[in-house]
Amino acid sequence: MNALSIRILVVDDEPPIRRLLRTGLGTQGYDVIDAATGKDALAAMSEEPDLVILDLGLPDMQGHEVLRSLRESGNSVPVVVLSSRDDEAGKVRAFDLGADDYVTKPFGMNELLARVRAALRHRLQAQGEKPIFQSGGLSVDLVRRIVKVDGAEVKLSPKEYELLRLLVQHAGKVLTHAFLLKGVWGPATDPQYLRVYIRQLRHKIETIPERPAYILTETGVGYRLLASD
Amino acid sequence: MNDDLRPSPDALLEAAHREEQRLGRHKIFLGGAPGVGKTYAMLQAARAKLREGVDVVVGVVETHGRDETQALLDGLEIIPRHEVDYKGHKLAEMDIDAILKRRPSLVLVDELAHTNAPGSRHPKRYLDAEELVAAGIDVFSTLNIQHVESLNNVIAQITRIRVRETVPDSVLDKANDIEAVDIAPEDLIQRLREGKVYVPRQAERALRNFFSAGNLTALRELTLRRTAQRVDEQLLSHMQSHAIRGPWAAGERILVCVSEDPRSAALVRYAKRMADRLHASWTALYVETARSLQFSEEKHDNIAEVLRLAERLGADPITIPGGGRFIADDILGYAQANNFTQIVAGKTKRSRWFELLNSSVVHDLVRNSGNIGVHVIAGEEPDANPTRAKHERAVLASKPVEASPYILSLLMIAGALGVAELLKPTVGVNNIDLVFLSAIVCVAVTFGLLPSLLAVAAATLCYNFFFLPPLYTFTIADPANVATLFFFTLVAVLVSNLAARTRRQAKVAQSRARITEALYSFSRKLGSCVNTDDVLWATAYQIASMLHVRVVMLLPESGSLVLKAGYPPEDMLGDADLAAAQWAWSNNRPAGRGADTLPGGKRLFAPMRTGRGPVGVVGIDDDKSGPLLTPEQRRLLDALLDQGALAVERVHLAEDVDRAKLVAETDRLRTSLLTSISHDLKTPLASILGAGSTLRDYDKELSTEGKTELLSTVITESERLNRFIANLLDMTKLESGAIVPNLALHDIAELVGAALQRATVILADHKVEVKLAADLPMLRLDAVLFDQVLFNLLDNAAKYAVDHSTISIRTWRDDDWAFLQILDEGEGIPADDLDRIFEKFYRARKGDRVLAGTGLGLAIAQGFVESMGGTISAGNRQDRSGAVFTLRLPVPTSETTLDTAA
Repeated sequence: MNALSIRILVVDDEPPIRRLLRTGLGTQGYDVIDAATGKDALAAMSEEPDLVILDLGLPDMQGHEVLRSLRESGNSVPVVVLSSRDDEAGKVRAFDLGADDYVTKPFGMNELLARVRAALRHRLQAQGEKPIFQSGGLSVDLVRRIVKVDGAEVKLSPKEYELLRLLVQHAGKVLTHAFLLKGVWGPATDPQYLRVYIRQLRHKIETIPERPAYILTETGVGYRLLASD
Repeated sequence: MNDDLRPSPDALLEAAHREEQRLGRHKIFLGGAPGVGKTYAMLQAARAKLREGVDVVVGVVETHGRDETQALLDGLEIIPRHEVDYKGHKLAEMDIDAILKRRPSLVLVDELAHTNAPGSRHPKRYLDAEELVAAGIDVFSTLNIQHVESLNNVIAQITRIRVRETVPDSVLDKANDIEAVDIAPEDLIQRLREGKVYVPRQAERALRNFFSAGNLTALRELTLRRTAQRVDEQLLSHMQSHAIRGPWAAGERILVCVSEDPRSAALVRYAKRMADRLHASWTALYVETARSLQFSEEKHDNIAEVLRLAERLGADPITIPGGGRFIADDILGYAQANNFTQIVAGKTKRSRWFELLNSSVVHDLVRNSGNIGVHVIAGEEPDANPTRAKHERAVLASKPVEASPYILSLLMIAGALGVAELLKPTVGVNNIDLVFLSAIVCVAVTFGLLPSLLAVAAATLCYNFFFLPPLYTFTIADPANVATLFFFTLVAVLVSNLAARTRRQAKVAQSRARITEALYSFSRKLGSCVNTDDVLWATAYQIASMLHVRVVMLLPESGSLVLKAGYPPEDMLGDADLAAAQWAWSNNRPAGRGADTLPGGKRLFAPMRTGRGPVGVVGIDDDKSGPLLTPEQRRLLDALLDQGALAVERVHLAEDVDRAKLVAETDRLRTSLLTSISHDLKTPLASILGAGSTLRDYDKELSTEGKTELLSTVITESERLNRFIANLLDMTKLESGAIVPNLALHDIAELVGAALQRATVILADHKVEVKLAADLPMLRLDAVLFDQVLFNLLDNAAKYAVDHSTISIRTWRDDDWAFLQILDEGEGIPADDLDRIFEKFYRARKGDRVLAGTGLGLAIAQGFVESMGGTISAGNRQDRSGAVFTLRLPVPTSETTLDTAA
């Protein structure tokens, strides 16, 4: 992947973290700009970064607020949240506001780079949606509505297919329970439905349903379909 | 250093006690007669204090309309009196609660001897003043000398006017200062003539007689002497506490003998004055005999009253059982055993006959007293003071005479007559009297003296009528038979008297033995009580059953008294009862029915005292009205309360020891916890810092492998530190109660999958085998917490099981519980560790190979599982070596099955 033209905005008030990210991202050839406050971050959007790494605990405003004003202004740049907050409520809120991924501090550089790559790819995929999704042995033909695991077709109920399609469309991205419920069943539905359907879906497409390889659980937050690298 | 020159410990203790309690100071303005200007003197002193900036208020001052007194009241804050309704009259009494609330430095209380309206907190105003002093408020008060209890008799003799309202001498003794307000009798009479002395209309004539020069001189002298005596005591106390060698009063001890005789009260007052003069301690002694058990209730009341009076005047009231034939022996025995030097006894008023039969106590005392001084006092009959006594006794009807013992006695004599008729042919007439004598002895032993005397009369008549010729008449032909009959009667009377006395003594002994036995078994029972509730219940039951009363027991709990036990059980106390209980508690004195304070209450409340102060309060009541307990019962109650209080204290002490142990243990834990935390935080930091600084400073010297090694140290140690901090945070959340499980139905398989996914790295070197039961329903769990539990257990298994061994996860269902087991193939858990493995910072022993864990993972797992309503246990595998952790989780009662065909 040619990363030379890719520009990443790092928003964090801690200089050591900014220095670390600048170095780490620099190894991959990304162009890094940074901001220490929410205000600076919003100002830096004029430089049209391709991705934002956002800390939630900023001195002037909450990272959530930065995310909200970003999305409200119609900007769909991928955002990876990087925070020491690891409570599920904070995560769900970030996802619901439009975050693409969430990495908790402390983090391994490896992991962060993988998430960054996934988020960039997701944006590319959303821009030009491919008709056939492929990840490992799983293939989903979004036009003909055909799901195959290791070449064999799998029969899915309409709701199961809807659920899988939603996951495929946002492959690599964590989808919250609320988002999935709303997308498949409509608002105000018992979250119980989601768990039951995920279970059924796994039994149909996973080799070992107890140790899923495609539909991963983000405990307390939601689900994510693993996208192949 | 001469030992004698050391300050007396008692004097120092008293001074220390006084300082410690921060009591208010009480100053009494003592006058010889109304009109000497006590109130005026008090107000002047108060104004002087006011000028000094002292916060002075008027509790109650009677100006009696005198202008000069009224003028002195100007500028003083007056606490309004509160009105009490009594039989249609409105009586204005000092508002003690308002004063306590206002908390001035000094309060003025006029007329200390005043009797408060019924329904007030205290029956007497001096008790109000004492409570104010106890609350730390200084009090100025006024008092006339004729109201002083121990002088009451003397003054009544001088003036022929007896005042009803008396104040115990102890009030004067406890007062910090006494100021005699003195004017010459002539001046006082002059003031009376000028109308400057307030005289109540109804007592006008009596009072005018009262104001004679002779009376006033006598009263003046008494006042000055009482004040001087008081100054003397202060000097003595000063000398003792400063170890000044002086003419000490000899160690006199005075014993005053009281009886049912109404003159005993005067005796007690005499003894009090004598004790004061001699600076002696004194005791009032009552000897309880077989005869006294048969006294009327009135006499019992007299004795109780006299003993209470003695107690009020500062004596120890003592009752001892009469053991010997002569009361004097009992008295002297007690006096000698307790080093009494003086005995005060009353002049007898008994008949010569009585003395011949029972011997004269006074004569015996004088004859046998040895070196003990004996004072025989005439005493004075209390003349016209029966109103209160009548009121109290009205309720105590005398016991009706039972007829059955008399009828049975006559029947026994009739039976004896039948036997005698049968025996007459064989034993002869002369021996028949023995049959009757036998019957009389039986009657005397069974029914006591009076029925046996009736039996004597009946037997005499029968003997004469049926056996002495001429038969069937009451005449006697043979003079010899007259003698026979006379001696028969004489012997019969003596025998019945003797037998009856034996019976009485046996009864007294029996009742004492019963009480002793009951007390003994009570103390044994208390000894086996291990907690306060048991002690309280046992005490309540014992008091209720021995005194035939209802009992409630209150103990302090966070500052206020709380009903803890009752027999019969009681749930609620009225406000009045609670107030009396509270008063008894804070003043360490009885209150309520029959006591000095709040006598109108339903119950009598007595503190349970120990050496360390009161531990609780006991309230008793019964269905009757009037005084609740006789003095013996009162003493029995005290004995029971003392035992109960000691037991409560013992339990408290044991609890204190336990608490102290717990605190020590907690301290030890806290210390080891801090040590452990600081170790766990610093060790990885040391590695990271060391590796980092080496990399920076010795870059050139390091080989590529060396660098890689150091870098991986930095990473693994950072991860370890991270895990430890995460665990600490979880533990903190658990312990602060911040963990509120967000329970929802979850598929356990999904949660296991998520946990395995998260644990991929730590399980990289192990095989994992998952066997999940298909029939497992969804469980109500918090996904995040449960994920953490599984992760911690997997982490633990990975740490303790050798690489490439298998870690198994199994689930199954058993009735209402779902089970999940994690089994490893390590060495298992040492048996000694099984109990402690879930404790914080506890780490099982292991080889050097394994990195130390945080010692928190399992503790957190346990806390989380329990917050979700489950349990966790640890054990060892049966089939092979290895540890097994078992989670037991509740299956929801209504399993939600969702329609999945939608």
